[in-house]
Amino acid sequence: MKYYDYPKLFVLALPVAIFFVTFFIVPMVQLAIVGASGDSGVSSYFTIVNTPRHFESMLATLLLSIAVTFTALVISTTAGLFLVRNIFPGKEIVLSILTFPLAFPGVVIGFLIIMLAGRQGLIGLVTKALLGEKTVFAYSMLGLFFGYLYFSIPRVILTIMAAAEKLDKSLEEAAKSLGAPPFRIVIDIIIPALKPGLIASGAICFATSMGAFGTAFTLATNIDVLPMTIYTEFTLNANIAGAASLSIVLGLVTWIALFISRSLSGQTIAVSG
Amino acid sequence: MNKKQIFVIQLIFTLLVCSFLIIPVFLSVLAGITQNFFVGIKSGFTLRWVFEVLDLYSGTIYLSLMIAIACLIATLVIGIPAAYVLARIGGRISRFIEETIILPVAVPGLAIALALIIIYGGFRDFRSSWYFILVGHILFTLPFMVRSVLAVLSSTNFKELEEGAASLGASFWTRFFTIVLPNSKPGILAGSLMVFTLSIGEFNLTWMLHTPVTKTLPVGLADSYASMRLEVASAYTLIFFIMIIPLLLGMQILSREKN
Repeated sequence: MKYYDYPKLFVLALPVAIFFVTFFIVPMVQLAIVGASGDSGVSSYFTIVNTPRHFESMLATLLLSIAVTFTALVISTTAGLFLVRNIFPGKEIVLSILTFPLAFPGVVIGFLIIMLAGRQGLIGLVTKALLGEKTVFAYSMLGLFFGYLYFSIPRVILTIMAAAEKLDKSLEEAAKSLGAPPFRIVIDIIIPALKPGLIASGAICFATSMGAFGTAFTLATNIDVLPMTIYTEFTLNANIAGAASLSIVLGLVTWIALFISRSLSGQTIAVSG
Repeated sequence: MNKKQIFVIQLIFTLLVCSFLIIPVFLSVLAGITQNFFVGIKSGFTLRWVFEVLDLYSGTIYLSLMIAIACLIATLVIGIPAAYVLARIGGRISRFIEETIILPVAVPGLAIALALIIIYGGFRDFRSSWYFILVGHILFTLPFMVRSVLAVLSSTNFKELEEGAASLGASFWTRFFTIVLPNSKPGILAGSLMVFTLSIGEFNLTWMLHTPVTKTLPVGLADSYASMRLEVASAYTLIFFIMIIPLLLGMQILSREKN
């Protein structure tokens, strides 16, 4: 039956192929060409190193994404392990809360950070009552950090919990019976066992943070993270070639990170910060 | 430290993480139904802001729903056959094609939007219609439909079922509609929920692709965050939550059934 089916399979695949080539492959190739069409030609792809403003923006975005990734991994592993190993009343609700924000768009998360640490935010209110001074950090790098953390925790926690469920408890018991202290058990047994999950979810978290536009758009009109730099180059400076080459570089970085993640976990999670 | 203490410390930590995620949501809901959030809840509750939002922004809500429905139909029509073809051919070619279809999720929406504008921005009528946004949404959501259906198909023995049916004389299209489609139903359902939810909330692509006459809900949200008072922005966010939470609940129920 196989050979007779090929023409029909071809017909079934045709719509998606046409759509994809017309609206993705061709535009992306064009974007790469436009990226090289600036005054400096192909070397404009090195603008990220040559132009101080672009370089700083890239560096800031990298550092922020790495910081968010590590924090999210530590928080989610601690909470995830606890949730997998303990049963307590209300656990279902806790689980729902931890995974709900998965589909919140970045703009909304930006606004939630404003509710927390903005000019009329909760933290400002509390610090004013306690210290007499209002703490407002929503619109700074720290605000971005918390925003990115907000959308990272749910993504990471799901992967970690899936990996933690498969942990072999007998290894830990053996270590314990041989007198290993708890921190050695964590370092020598739990972390190595969770490693694929940690790398996979860490890569998702990193890629999402690198490409996050919505959150930055709401919070950080004057902080140069890469997506904001691309946006400003395109809309305010009309530097289309610059914006294009930066997008291609950013796209490559996030794609590589997600490729690593997928080959380890087989998951698809949206980059939509 | 004994076991009990460790348990309590971990529980407190987990609850703190939960409160970081849920408190701002509560605050935003509260602000949306409070007369004056700066004064506090003692100023009284009101639906005034919600009605103001419906008055100002109802167009964005309808447009978002319309785009989400259109996007769902499109991903069903082109995504299910694509998943079936991938499941049928299998092997390295299938992996490669799958990897390519997933690209729009791995590349930031900003880059894709830029690419679409550079190449199709000149077609004025297309650029200023909601189809332009729809194209972006289909690109971004298609991978979820394809992978969801593909995962279900790969875990069933549809090939043997098809062979059986074929030996009894069932044509290709009969098999497709009576074996493949019914067998991929759980994947289609999960994929549909995902596509719809993502389309309703999509901002990164949409912000670049929208025009003043084609504003979607998240675009309106960003607009209100930048220019409206906190109560209006909150009421708008509240409406968004009301729309999206049933979808999220549905997804959680589906994934729990799977486990």
